[in-house]
Amino acid sequence: MTTPLLTVRSVKTFYGRVMALKGVDLDVNEGEIVTLIGANGAGKSTLMMTVCGNPRAREGMIDFAGQNITRMPTHEIARLKLAQSPEGRRIFSRMTVLENLQMGATTADPSHFKRDLDRVLTLFPRLQQRISQRGGTLSGGEQQMLAIARALMAQPRLLLLDEPSLGLAPLVVRQIFDAIKTLNAEDGLTVFLVEQNAYHALKLAHRGYVMVNGFITMSGTGHELLERPEIKSAYLEGGRH
Amino acid sequence: MASGAPAKRVDAVRALRDAGVTALLTFGLFLPLIGFQTVTDVRNDLILNTRWPLLFAVVALVGFSRLAYSFAIEPWLQNRALKPAVEPAAWRGKVARWIIPFAIGFVVAYPAIVLATAGFGRAVKWIDNFGIQVLIYVMLGWGLNIVVGLAGLLDLGYVAFYAVGAYSYALLAKTFGFSFWILLPLAGTLASFWGILLGFPVLRLRGDYLAIVTLAFGEIIRIVLINWVDLTNGYAGITSIPRPTFFGIPFNADDDGFAAVFGLEYSPIYRTIFLYYLILALAFLTAFVTMRLRRLPVGRAWEALREDEIACRSLGINTTNTKLTAFAMGAMFAGFAGSFFAARQGFISPDSFTFLESATILSIVVLGGMGSQIGVAIAAVVMIGGTEIMRELDFLKLVFGSTFDPTQYRMLLFGLAMVLIMIWRPRGLITTRQPSVVLKERKAIASDLVKEGHG
Repeated sequence: MTTPLLTVRSVKTFYGRVMALKGVDLDVNEGEIVTLIGANGAGKSTLMMTVCGNPRAREGMIDFAGQNITRMPTHEIARLKLAQSPEGRRIFSRMTVLENLQMGATTADPSHFKRDLDRVLTLFPRLQQRISQRGGTLSGGEQQMLAIARALMAQPRLLLLDEPSLGLAPLVVRQIFDAIKTLNAEDGLTVFLVEQNAYHALKLAHRGYVMVNGFITMSGTGHELLERPEIKSAYLEGGRH
Repeated sequence: MASGAPAKRVDAVRALRDAGVTALLTFGLFLPLIGFQTVTDVRNDLILNTRWPLLFAVVALVGFSRLAYSFAIEPWLQNRALKPAVEPAAWRGKVARWIIPFAIGFVVAYPAIVLATAGFGRAVKWIDNFGIQVLIYVMLGWGLNIVVGLAGLLDLGYVAFYAVGAYSYALLAKTFGFSFWILLPLAGTLASFWGILLGFPVLRLRGDYLAIVTLAFGEIIRIVLINWVDLTNGYAGITSIPRPTFFGIPFNADDDGFAAVFGLEYSPIYRTIFLYYLILALAFLTAFVTMRLRRLPVGRAWEALREDEIACRSLGINTTNTKLTAFAMGAMFAGFAGSFFAARQGFISPDSFTFLESATILSIVVLGGMGSQIGVAIAAVVMIGGTEIMRELDFLKLVFGSTFDPTQYRMLLFGLAMVLIMIWRPRGLITTRQPSVVLKERKAIASDLVKEGHG
């Protein structure tokens, strides 16, 4: 394996005086699906936001595609083709689905717009039906699809997904995870997925990390982690659906 | 209602008590304001008059209005909220399609219509006070609409850029004798420069904080204009500002003046008509540029910024630059309008650029429906045109006595209009938003989907 696409080295992030990440190391290789699981408040989303430069890491180093992005402003990180579907979806609710997708393509090569649009609409046929509808009128699952599709319009090398299954019906969760799998298998997209839904995430991912209280406590392939008794008891029992 | 739950019965006791409390509050409030009046007599002594009948008339009026609200308007509003949204009738689509071409035709033909109906003598007043005045505010409303309506940045000091444009034109034209046509773009540039200058420190702010800073900025500009007497002549203002020429031909009674060159009898009306078309062209320019910008990446970024700033950043949009362009663009149109204002008046002073002007322009944008150009135009016609019409209501003097001046009640009517709009259409007159890009057919976004009270 060559150098990883994303490298996180002993990153510490603070909210005021509270340390949220206490020295995190993590790698995402090209072509992989990597998942980060953990309980509420473990610092999963903080890590994802720190990769995007908001909040910024106080210590440590983050490398993306051979470039040090630790001190870069968020919009410049996004221009390196690191796309994010943020927590809470954050779609533009007064703008139509098509306009949302167009906003996603802000940093992309405009000549590929039509092709990319067709791609995401085949991936999420529901968005095709809703194309001229206002973003805010979509259901939760559709909004999540839109958030992912919008991120994909930027032609990313790495897609960061923050809790895509949050608050969605099991059937919709399956659709979204299937789409992520397709993207990885067919387009070779690298995905870094933060999830609470540990069972699904670990089944999908090539590798996984477990975060507890701002530390990475365990890592391994998805299968290995699924078999670990401590993971089973902490994250899987009763959580399977 | 034909279907659904029956409308709730009005609780008469509660309504009466409510009206009573309202009347009591009114009494407390207006007792010192209306109930007592001090006048000075011939010997300069203060005399305290009481005006009980007027006070009780007002209290009764408010009390009964509140009663009427409880019995009629409140149930109506509740029923309306319960009713499912109905498809707009077919005629409304037809009207909507023809209203814009008709309105454009009307404003283009307006001077001719006025000349035909009011005659040569009175036409100047109608074109100048009514047409030009309204169009200046339409243009300012459209300019502010970029900042407030599209980018969602609440700007309470918009008049500052208007002032910058006006003083730029006035000072440069008087000192260096440059023509209007050179100074118009220059005034716009200077105003947008100030827009960027203001933008830099306030970029991190949003919402209330931004509003306060822009409010302060507007006041700073005005106070500088008042106190920098060497440059601006302070309160006295700048007089005899050169008037715009018809591509080099001045509007005067000389042999090389407009009337003489075109073989017409001299009349001030030619200048007025020229100014009317000038501001009309400037206003159309504002509308056209805004419409085009909305379909460009920068315009879409403005709207996205209004929706969600964090999402914008994660999509690679430089929010700093996007806000700056919105500020600069809005300021530029205010600068154009300002230089036109100075050229039309021939006299400017800091009094023309008070906070009240900012508030008026902002209320035009809010009442019209943020982001809607047609709505803003309608609101400007009603608010500014309405004020001008009030000056014409001489017959009211027969009713209320010869000292009655309807324009004194302007603010009262503004307030009333605003209350009514907020009850009837809380998101402004025109609340549909046209998508800037469509695949097949264009479809307006219904008003109840547009977030309330949000830029």
